Amino acid sequence: MDLFNQFFVDPFVLMADIPDLLLQTVWEGFVSGVLYALIALGFVLIYKASGVFNFAQGIMVVFAALALVSLHEVGVPAWLAVILTLGIMALLAIGVERIVLRKLVNQHDAILLMATIGLTLFLEGLGETIFGGEPKSMITEELGLPTGVSDWEVFGGLVSFQHIDIAAVVIAVIMVAGLALFFNYSRIGRALRAVADDHQAALSVGISLNQIWAIVWFAAGVVALVTGIMWGARSDVSFALEVIALKALAVLILGGFTSIPGAIVGGLIIGIGEKVFEVYWGAIFGGGVEAWFAYVLALIFLLFRPQGLFGEKIIERV
Amino acid sequence: MTLKKAILGLAATAVLASGAATASFAADEHYIPNLSYRTGPFAGGGIPFANGFNDYFTMLNERDGGIGGIKVRVEECETGYNSQKGVECYEATKGNNPLVYTPLSTGITLALIPKTTEDKIPLLTMGYGLSAGGVGETFPYTFTYPTSYWNQMSSILQYIDSTAEGGIKGKKVGFLYLDAGYGREPIPVLEALSKQMGFEWVGFPVAGKDMQNQGSQWLNVRKERPDYMVMWGWGAMNATAVKEAIKIRFPLDKFIGNWWAGANADLDPVGAAGKGYKAANFSGVGTSFPVIADIQKHVVDAGKSQADADKVGDVLYNRGMYNAVIIAEAIRKAQEIHNTKTLTGEQMRDGLEQIDISEARLKELGLEGFTGPLKGSCKDHEGGGGVFIQQWDGDQFVKISDKIAPMLDVTRPLLEEAAAKYVSDKPDWKGQTCN
Repeated sequence: MDLFNQFFVDPFVLMADIPDLLLQTVWEGFVSGVLYALIALGFVLIYKASGVFNFAQGIMVVFAALALVSLHEVGVPAWLAVILTLGIMALLAIGVERIVLRKLVNQHDAILLMATIGLTLFLEGLGETIFGGEPKSMITEELGLPTGVSDWEVFGGLVSFQHIDIAAVVIAVIMVAGLALFFNYSRIGRALRAVADDHQAALSVGISLNQIWAIVWFAAGVVALVTGIMWGARSDVSFALEVIALKALAVLILGGFTSIPGAIVGGLIIGIGEKVFEVYWGAIFGGGVEAWFAYVLALIFLLFRPQGLFGEKIIERV
Repeated sequence: MTLKKAILGLAATAVLASGAATASFAADEHYIPNLSYRTGPFAGGGIPFANGFNDYFTMLNERDGGIGGIKVRVEECETGYNSQKGVECYEATKGNNPLVYTPLSTGITLALIPKTTEDKIPLLTMGYGLSAGGVGETFPYTFTYPTSYWNQMSSILQYIDSTAEGGIKGKKVGFLYLDAGYGREPIPVLEALSKQMGFEWVGFPVAGKDMQNQGSQWLNVRKERPDYMVMWGWGAMNATAVKEAIKIRFPLDKFIGNWWAGANADLDPVGAAGKGYKAANFSGVGTSFPVIADIQKHVVDAGKSQADADKVGDVLYNRGMYNAVIIAEAIRKAQEIHNTKTLTGEQMRDGLEQIDISEARLKELGLEGFTGPLKGSCKDHEGGGGVFIQQWDGDQFVKISDKIAPMLDVTRPLLEEAAAKYVSDKPDWKGQTCN
C-alpha cells in the first residue's frame, strides 16, 4: 500500500500542494529538452544525408565551444571569434569529407560509424593539446546574451525564468526554422533530400555527393557551436559536456533518426519527462533516475515503435 | 596555450606512450610514478594537482640535488580518472622500483589497495580513497594522510553545528554527491552522525554524465528545502552546482564543499556571483610561502614547469605540492631509519608510517602556516588532521576558520569496523600488529 501511495498518490498531492514547483520543473525540462533537441539535430542532419550515425557530434560541440572561448581569450573580439569558429568548423567539415568520408563511399554503415568514433578520439586529443583540459567560462555577456532572471509570482510561489534559458529556446526555434526552410526550399536542400533518398540516383542526375556531405557536416558544426554556447552558458565549457550528447541517442530513438520534427519532439519528451520523473518519483528509486530515465524510455520505444515517432518505417525484402 | 607548453604537453604524452613500458630501473634515483589525469572530464582538477606535485620535486632536484643526494624521477602516467587505465599504469610501472603510488582517484585507489599490499609498495591517498585505509593494523601499505573523507565530514558537520543558529540539531542537511565510489564514501559517517547530532539528511546523487546537467537535483533541493548543503563534487560538477545553487537562490554561505570542491578552477567560471560559497581545505592557498618562492625561482622562472605562472599558488596546485612534500619527508625519514640513500617500497613504507612533520619542520620547509603538523604511527595511517573552512570572496578563496579537529571518538571506531569488514572475506589478507 505504501508503494502504491508513493507511485500513484504522493506525487500528485505534491504537485497540487506546490504548483509553482511543478511549473518550474516543466520549464526546466522544456529548456533541457530544447537543448537535447539541438544536439539531436546535429545527428539527424548527418544521418539524413549519409546514413552515418555521427558519434563525433558530442566532441564537435565541445570543440566548437572551446575554439570560440580560446579565440576570445587570445584577444579576438567575441563576434569575430564566432565567425572564425565557424571557419574552423567549415574546415573541419571539408577535412572530414576529404580525409574520412570520400575514402569510405559505399562501405558498410558499421565502418562509417567506426570512422566517426575514430574522429571523436582524434578531436579529443587535438582539442586537449590545443585548448588544454581545464574548464573555461563561456563568453556569454560578450556575445550579448542575456544573463538576468525574471520571476513570476504564481499560486503563492515563484517561478524563475533565467534569461539565458529563454534565449536558448528562442535561438533554438530560429535555428530549427532556418534549417527546415533551407533544407525544404533551397537548391542545396533539395539536393540533400535526393542524396538521402538514393545516393546513386542523386549522382546520376549530377548532384555532387562530396559537396553535399561537406555542407551537411558544416551545418552540423554550426548546430554544434550554438549548442556549445548554450550549454556552456548554463554550466561551463569542458570535456564533460561531450557525454551529455549521449542523451541525444535516446532522443533520436524516440523521434526517429531522419526527422527534424522528431528530434524536437523527442528532445522535449525526454527533457520534461526526466525532470518530472526525477522530482516526483525519483525518491522511490533513491534519486538519480535522470541518469537512466531517457534510455529506459528509449528501450520501451524500441520494443513498440522501433522507427521512432516520426521516423520512416524500414521495410526490407528478404 | 603557448607553443612551449604545447611541446611540453606533447613530450609528456610521448613519455606516457613509451616511457612507462621501457624505463629502466636505475638504482641511483627515487622513482615516483605520478598517476595523473590531464585529459577527460576531470582534467580541470588533475592538471593543477599534477603541476604542483611535479614542480616540488623538480625544485628539490634543482635546489638541493634531490633528497639525500639522490635525484627524484617523477614519471607521469595518464589515467583519465579511469580505474582500468589506473591499474594499467600501475602494472606498467611497478617493476621500476617505485617508492609510492598516488592515484588521485578513489576508484583507482580501491583497485590498487590489494595490489600494492601484495607487492609491498605504499599507496598514499592524500585525503581521498578508502577512509578505512587509515587503519594501520589492517592496511600496512595504505596511507590517507593528513585526514580522511569520514573525518572531513565530521569536521564540516561540526562547523555547521558551531555556526548555525541553534546548532545543527533539528536542521536538514542536503548532501550533493558524485554518484561514484568517491561521492558515496562519506555516507556511513553521515548516517551515524545524523543520529548522534540530531539532524536529518537527504542525498542528491549526480551521475558522472550529468555533471553539467544538474537541473533535476536542484529542483529536488528546492522541494526538500535543506538548511545547509554539503557537496562531494569533483571536476566540472562543482561549478555547475554553484551556478545551480545561485539559480534557485540557495544561500551560498550555507553551501559547503569538501576539499575537492573548493579549487580556483571550480569558482573561476562562476566569478563574483559565487561570493559566499564555502569549502573545506587542509593546505594553504596563495604564493606567500617561502617554498613557493623557491619553486618560482628554480622551476617556473626557469621554464621547467607545465603550469602557467599565474596558476602557481592556486588551491589544487598547492595541494599537489603538499602531496609531494609528504612523500619527500617520508623519503628522508626512510633514509634515516634504514641508513641508506636509495630505497625500496618496503623501506619507504616505514618512512611514511613514522613521518613526523612538526611546526618547526614546516617552518624549515618554508611552509609555516600552510598546514598543521602531521605525525603517523603504526596504528594511525591517517594523521587525524582536521580541516579549515575557506570562503570564495568573488575572486579568491579566503581562510575563514581555524582548524576544526575531527570527531575521532566517533569516526575511529567506525573506521576500524569498516576495516574489519573489508578484510572479513579475505582470509589471506596480511595486516600488521602494532604495540
